[in-house]
Amino acid sequence: MFRVSVLQTTDVIPSKEKSRCGRVGGVSRSEKMVKQESESANRPDNTAFTQQRLPAWQPILSAGIVIPGFVLIGLAFIGIGVALLVTSRSIQVLELDYTGDGNGSPCSSCSQSTTVNCKCSLNFTLDTLFQGPVFFYYGLSNYFQNYRRYGASKDDNQLYGDLSYFTSPSSSCSPYDYDGSKNPIVPCGSIANSMFNDTFTLTRTVSGKTDSVPLDGKGIAWWTDYNVKYRNPSVTPLKNAFNGTVKPIDWAKPAYELDTSDASNNGFVNQDFLVWMRRAALPNFRKLYRRIDASGDYQNGLPAGNYTIDITYNYPVRVFNGAKKVVFSNVSWMGGKNEFLGIAYLVIGSLCVVMSVVMLIVYAKFKFPDEE
Amino acid sequence: RTFNLSFRYANNAIKTSKYNIFTFLPLNLFEQFKRLANAYFLFLLILELIPQISSLSWITTGFALIVVLSITGVKDAIDDINRHKCDRQVNNRKVDVLMDGQLKNEKWMNVQVGDIVKLGNNEFVTVTSERNSPLNLVYVDTAELDGETNLKVKQALTVTGELGDNIEALAAFNGEVRCEPPNNRLDKFKGTLTVNGERYALDNDKVLLRGCTLRNTEWCFGLVIFGGPDSKLIQNSGKSMFKRTSIDHLTNILVLCIFGFLASMCSILTIGNAIWERNEGSVFTMFLPREPGIDAPLASFLIFWSYVIVLNALIPSSLYVSVEFIRLGNSFFIDWDRKMYYPKNDTPAQARTTTLNEELGQIKYIFSDKTGTLTQNIMTFNKCSINGKAYGDLYDFSGQRRTERVDFSWNNLADPKYNFHDHSLVEMVRSGNPETQEFFRLLSLCHTVMPEEKKEGELSYQAQSPDEGALVTAARNFGFVFRSRTPETITVVEMGRQVIYELLAILDFNNMRKRMSVIVRSPEGKLTLYCKGADTVIFERLHPSCNKLMEVTTDHLNVSDGLRTLVLAYKDLNENYMIDWKQRHHEASVAMEGREEKLDELYEEIEKDMMLLGATAVEDKLQDGVPQTIEQLAKADIKIWVLTGDKQETAENIGYSCNMLREEMKDVFNQMMIVFCQSEAVTAYEFFPHPQGARPPLWEPLHYGVLTDDLTPIPSSLHHQAFALEKNLRLELLRTACMCQTVICCRVTPLQKAQVVQLVKKYKQAVTLAIGDGANDVSMIKAAHIGVGISGQEGMQAVLSSDYSFAQFRYLQRLLLVHGRWSYIRMCKFLGYFFYKNFTFTLVQFWYAFFCGFSAQTVYDEWFITFYNMVYTALPVLGMCLFDQDVNDRWSLQHPELYAPGQKNQYFNKKAFVSYLIHGCYCSLIIFFIPWASMNDAVRNDGKDIVSHPSFAFLLQTCLLAVVHTQLCVDTYYWTAVNHFFVLLSTIGYFAISVTMYSNGMFYVFTSSFPLIGAARNTLNQPIVWLTIFLTFLLCILPVVAIRFIFIQLRPTINDKVRYKMRTEELPGPAPRHLLRRRSTRSGYAFSHSQGYGDLVTSRKFLMKRSTKRAPLFTQTDSSIFQNQPQHYRTIAEEAEESQSHKL
Repeated sequence: MFRVSVLQTTDVIPSKEKSRCGRVGGVSRSEKMVKQESESANRPDNTAFTQQRLPAWQPILSAGIVIPGFVLIGLAFIGIGVALLVTSRSIQVLELDYTGDGNGSPCSSCSQSTTVNCKCSLNFTLDTLFQGPVFFYYGLSNYFQNYRRYGASKDDNQLYGDLSYFTSPSSSCSPYDYDGSKNPIVPCGSIANSMFNDTFTLTRTVSGKTDSVPLDGKGIAWWTDYNVKYRNPSVTPLKNAFNGTVKPIDWAKPAYELDTSDASNNGFVNQDFLVWMRRAALPNFRKLYRRIDASGDYQNGLPAGNYTIDITYNYPVRVFNGAKKVVFSNVSWMGGKNEFLGIAYLVIGSLCVVMSVVMLIVYAKFKFPDEE
Repeated sequence: RTFNLSFRYANNAIKTSKYNIFTFLPLNLFEQFKRLANAYFLFLLILELIPQISSLSWITTGFALIVVLSITGVKDAIDDINRHKCDRQVNNRKVDVLMDGQLKNEKWMNVQVGDIVKLGNNEFVTVTSERNSPLNLVYVDTAELDGETNLKVKQALTVTGELGDNIEALAAFNGEVRCEPPNNRLDKFKGTLTVNGERYALDNDKVLLRGCTLRNTEWCFGLVIFGGPDSKLIQNSGKSMFKRTSIDHLTNILVLCIFGFLASMCSILTIGNAIWERNEGSVFTMFLPREPGIDAPLASFLIFWSYVIVLNALIPSSLYVSVEFIRLGNSFFIDWDRKMYYPKNDTPAQARTTTLNEELGQIKYIFSDKTGTLTQNIMTFNKCSINGKAYGDLYDFSGQRRTERVDFSWNNLADPKYNFHDHSLVEMVRSGNPETQEFFRLLSLCHTVMPEEKKEGELSYQAQSPDEGALVTAARNFGFVFRSRTPETITVVEMGRQVIYELLAILDFNNMRKRMSVIVRSPEGKLTLYCKGADTVIFERLHPSCNKLMEVTTDHLNVSDGLRTLVLAYKDLNENYMIDWKQRHHEASVAMEGREEKLDELYEEIEKDMMLLGATAVEDKLQDGVPQTIEQLAKADIKIWVLTGDKQETAENIGYSCNMLREEMKDVFNQMMIVFCQSEAVTAYEFFPHPQGARPPLWEPLHYGVLTDDLTPIPSSLHHQAFALEKNLRLELLRTACMCQTVICCRVTPLQKAQVVQLVKKYKQAVTLAIGDGANDVSMIKAAHIGVGISGQEGMQAVLSSDYSFAQFRYLQRLLLVHGRWSYIRMCKFLGYFFYKNFTFTLVQFWYAFFCGFSAQTVYDEWFITFYNMVYTALPVLGMCLFDQDVNDRWSLQHPELYAPGQKNQYFNKKAFVSYLIHGCYCSLIIFFIPWASMNDAVRNDGKDIVSHPSFAFLLQTCLLAVVHTQLCVDTYYWTAVNHFFVLLSTIGYFAISVTMYSNGMFYVFTSSFPLIGAARNTLNQPIVWLTIFLTFLLCILPVVAIRFIFIQLRPTINDKVRYKMRTEELPGPAPRHLLRRRSTRSGYAFSHSQGYGDLVTSRKFLMKRSTKRAPLFTQTDSSIFQNQPQHYRTIAEEAEESQSHKL
C-alpha cells in the first residue's frame, strides 16, 4: 500500500546517528540491543529452516557404495532363491483335470449331459506317501470372478445378517436381486448365485478294500470371513429369517440348508460358501475344498495306493471354455508350490552380480571422479 | 454538495476485493471450475454418478476435488480478506472536508465530488482535485503514482488562489467545473472552471492526482473532481499481465498429451472389451447376465467411460495444487533469506509473485537499468582540483585509504554524514586561501537547490539532481553553507559569517548549453558571474590567461576515474555592463518570438572570458558488489544488457566501472561491446538502408561503437526511437547485439526498454529478466518474463509491478544462482516424479485389464485410489521438493556454471517426460507381473486361499508404494530430518491406515464402505508376500541405480562433479578480493536532469510564467542526500564465511 518513504528515512537516520555517538560515549548494551531490534523489524529469522541450512545427509552414488551393494544384494538374492527353490521342490502337487473335454476322459459324459448330480469318478495312484498335511483344492480356469460387475454383485449388509436387506436386497445384486415374481433372493447377486456346486469324495483302495478318506471341511475359509464379515441373522431357527425370500435361482437348496447337520456351518457361514464368496483376483484360480483329516492311516498324509475321486458333476464350465480340476497339495513355510519366486530370485541375484562386474569395469576404465 | 450528489458521481470509496460473504462460494467455485483440470474432475464426478459407467465410487474423485477446491478456496479467501482490509484502511483515512462553512474531519470514503478538502504537508492527496494554497504553489511528489520523487510544482488559478485560507470565502465559493471523463492518463487533464460567468482553463498543472504527496507546502485547499474509482490512480492500476512460466506451458502441453494418451489407452481397452465380450463374455452370461437394454456394443462404449474413470489418475489431480505449494514454499524461502536482507534500510527480499520461481533458474538475458540499480544514485563529492592543485581521496597501492576522514566538527552546520579524506583541502579553506574560498562560494551559490530548515541548524536540501545536492553539501561542509533563498537573494553562511547575496539572474542549465551560471551581487556590491558546466563547454569560454591552469586542470580531469566532472569558472562583471545586459535580458525574456534563441545569445555573450577556478568530481557510487555480481552472472552464461536513459559517456563509464567493459575487449573480435544511443542508432541505420549489403562499413567499426558517434543530431522524439525498433532492422540489431559479450543501450526511453526486452523475448526464445528501480523501468519489468524491482529506495512503482524485489543489485546473483536454480531443480524433480508415480500407478490398472475381461475392474481398492495422491505420496514429494538441494548455496555461488542446465531446460522437457513415461511403464510392468507370476496358484502356508481380489490388490498397492517411495529416496539428494520424517510417516501411515480400514471395527461401523476386511491381516503374515514385495521393488530400483551410476562414470554432469567435490573438499577460501581498477582516462560531465529550476527560483510573484518543463522521460530517483555515508563493504565470500560459521 502507500508508504511514506521520505519520512521514514529521515526518521531512521537520526537514530543511527545516536547509536554511533552512543558507541563513543559508552551507552549501555541493552539500550543498543533494543535499538537494533526495532530497526530491523523486517529482518528474517536466522534459523536453519528459513535459511535452508537444515542439517542433512547427502548421499551420492559412489562406487564404494554401489558396487559392493550390488554384490551383496546379488549374493543375498541367490541365497534366498536357492532356499525358495529347494523348499518349492519339496512340495508335492497333484493336479487332475476333470472337465471332460476329450472323449476318453472320465467325466466327458457328464460334461455333455445336463443331468443334475451327474456322477463320474477319477482314479489316480500314489507310489509314495503324499506328505501331510494334504489340502484338497478345486480349480477353475478362464473363470472371471474378477469381472467388475460380477464382483460388485453382492450385498455385504445382507451377508452380514442384516434382516432389513433380506427383504430389499441392494440394487448392485441385479439381476439376481428379485426373482420373476418379485420375491427377494437371499443371498442375492451373481457371486452367490454362481456358487460352485460340484462335490467330491475321496476313497482309497487298499488290497481290494475301499476306504473312504476322511475330509475336514472346517476352518477352510478365512477367520475374518467366518467370524466377522459373514453372519447369520440371530433368528432361530435360521429358516425363519428367510421367510418371504427365495433361494438363488441356480441353487439346489436354500442357504439355510447348506449344512443341516452343523448349525455353525450353515447359512452364510457355510465354509464352502465363504470360500466361494472370496472372489479370486485372476481368471485361473483354485479354491480350498477340504483338508485331508490327519487321523488313522492318514496321520502323515496320503499313503501310497490307488485312489478314486467320486465327483458329483454339476458346474458347467465348457460353455465358456473353462476347465475344472482337483488339486492335492501340501504346503511349506512359504505356502504352496511356487517355482517362480525361487527362479526369479536366482536370476535377479545373478544379474546383480553381473551388473556389479560391469560397473566395476566401467568404474575402472573411467574412474570418475578422479579424472579431471 | 446535494447538487453534485444528484449526479451519482462515484464517491471516494474504493473497492479492490472480489467477493463478499454471500457471493464468495458461488463466484469462487465458478472461477475455479473455469480451470480445465477442475472442470475435468467435475466431469469425472458426474461420470461416476452414472451407475452403468461408474467403476469407482464417487468418493474417490469427490475427495480429491473437495480437497483441491477447498485449498484454493481458502487461499482465495485469505487474499480477498486482505484486500478488504486494505480497502478499509484506505477508505477510513481521515481528511478535512469543508462542510457547512467549517472544516470537518471525514473519512476518505465519505468524500464526495464537489467537496472542498484541506490537505497538509506530507499528506497523501485524497482525490483528483483542483486547488489553491499559500503562494498558489504546491510541491508534490508523485512517487506513488509514477515513481518520480523529484518535486513537481503545481499552481492554482489566480482566481481561486486569491481566496487563500479564508474559510468563509471558500465556503461561499461558487463555481462550475467541466472536465473530461475519467481516464488513466497521468499527464493530461482538460477542463474549465466557470466562476461568476468567467471561464478559466484547467490543465494538468492545476490538478493534484490521488496518490501524490504534498511536500514543502503548509496547506492547500482543493475541490474534489473525481473520487475513488474515477481517480487516475485507480484508473491506472489496471490488471497486471498474468505471467506464466515456460514450465507451466510445457506442463499444459504435456497434460494435453496425456489426455490423448488416456483416450488411446481407453480405446485399446474398449476394443479389447469388445473382443472379449464377443468371445468370452457372451458365453459367460450364464453366470453374469447382461443388464437389460445393454447389448455388447453399448456395453463396450460404456466401458470406454468406465476406463476414463479408472485411469483418471494419469491426469494428476493434485498436480496443480502441489505445484502451487512448492512455489509458495520456495517463495517463502526467498522472503526469509537473510543474505538477501538489506539491514541498512531494513528491507528483506520479497517474492511478490509466487508462481514464477522455477523460471529464475532459467534466465538467459538480464536487462538492467543503471541509475539506482547498478548505482546507488548517491552522488558524493570526492575530488576536486582548485587552482591547479588536486585534492581528493588518497589511496596507497593496496587500495586502502591512508587517511582518516576529515573532522568537520568545527563547522556546526556541517552534514555529519559527509565524508572526505583529504585534510589538506580543509586546511586550505580554513587558512583563507582566496581561490579555495571562491571555489566553494561558487558551489554554494550556483545551483537551484531548495533548502529546508525544519529546526535551527538542521538543514536538508531538496535537489533536483543528486549531483547538485552533492556539490552543495560539499560546500556546506567546507564552511560555505547555503542556508536559504528567496527569489532575489541567497543566504550563505561563509565560515560562520552570514552573507546575503543578491541574486540577479540564473542562466539555467539545459542539454544544449551544458552549463549553468548565476549572477550575484555580494554585500560589498561586487558583481560576479559564477558558472559551472562540462569541461569542453567551459574551456571554450575561458579567458586566455587561464590557458596554463586549464592544462593542469585537464590533466587532473583525465585521471578522474570515470567520475562525473564539472568545471567551475567565475567572472567579475562591470556594473554598467550589467545594467545594460539586464535590460536586454528582460526584453528577451518577454519577447514573443524566438525567445529561447535570444536568451541563448545573451547567455553566450556574458559567459565568456571567464576565469577558471577548478573542477569537481562527483562519484556516482556503484552499489556494493556490482562488479562481482556481474562477473558471476557472466560466468553463469547469463547475458547482461544495460538499458539506460543516460548519455553514452555516463553509461560507458558505468560499464567500465562495473566490469562489463574491459580494455581488452576493444581488440578481440566478438567480444566487442555495442553501445547504441537510440536516436543516433536511427541515424546510423538510416544511413545504411540495406544492412546486408552494407555490413562491412557498418559492422566493422562496430567493434567499438560507431553507432555512438554523434551523427546528425536528430531530435530524440519518441516516434523516431520507436521507429528504430519497429523496422525490419531490429532483427539485424538483435543479431549483432547477441554476438556481443556486453550490450549497453543508452538514451532509451521506457517504451524502448520494453521493446528491447520484447525483441529478445520473441526472437531468442530465451527467458528474460528485467531489473530496475524507477517508474521508467516499469514497462520493461512488465514485459520481461521476470521483473525484479529494487526496493527500499524511494519510488515504489517498479517494486509494485515487479515479481521479485530486493534492496541491492548484488542480491540478484543469490536470487538466480541459488534460489532460482534450486527452485528450478525442485520443480523439475517434482514434475518428473509426479508424472512417474502416476504413470506407474495407472498403468498397473491397464495391465490388469487384460486379466479381468476389460471390465474396468480396478486393481486397487477404492480407498487406496482415493488416498494415493492425496495422502500416501503427498508428503514425501513435497518434502523433497521443498528442501532438496543438490549442492548448497556456497557451492552454487562458487560454481556459477551449475546454472547452465537450467538455461537449456535440461531437467524437464519433452524428452525427459518420455523417459518418465517409459520408466513408469517399466515399473508398472514389474509391479503387476511379478506379483501376478508369484501369486498364480499360490496358497497361504496354512493352505487357505490368498489370491483373492482384496489381498492381491493389497499386495500390489504395497509394492507400488514401496517402489515409488524408494524411487523418491533415490531422487532425494538432501535428506533433512523432515524428509526422513515424511517418508517414514507416509510408510507407517500407509500400513496404519490399511490395517485400520481392513479392521473389524471399521467393518462393524460402515459395513458397506469397508468390505475388504481382513485383507491386510491375512496377507502380511505370509513370507511369500514379503518376498514378492522385496523382489518387485528391488527390480524397479536397482536398474535405476545401476544406470545412474554408469552415467555418472561415463558422462558426469557438472552437478555430479561439484557434488563429488563438495564431498571431498572444503570450500575454498574466499576469493581474493580484487581491486576495482577503474578505467582511468574517461571523464564525463553529467547533470542527470535536463533542465533546471532557474525559472522557478527567480520568478517573483505567483510564478505565473509556467516553467517549460516537459514530462521527464527518465526518472531521477534523487534519493535523500543524507545517505552519503560510506557503505560497509562486504564481499560475497565474506558472507559465505559468515554462514559457514553459523553452521559450525
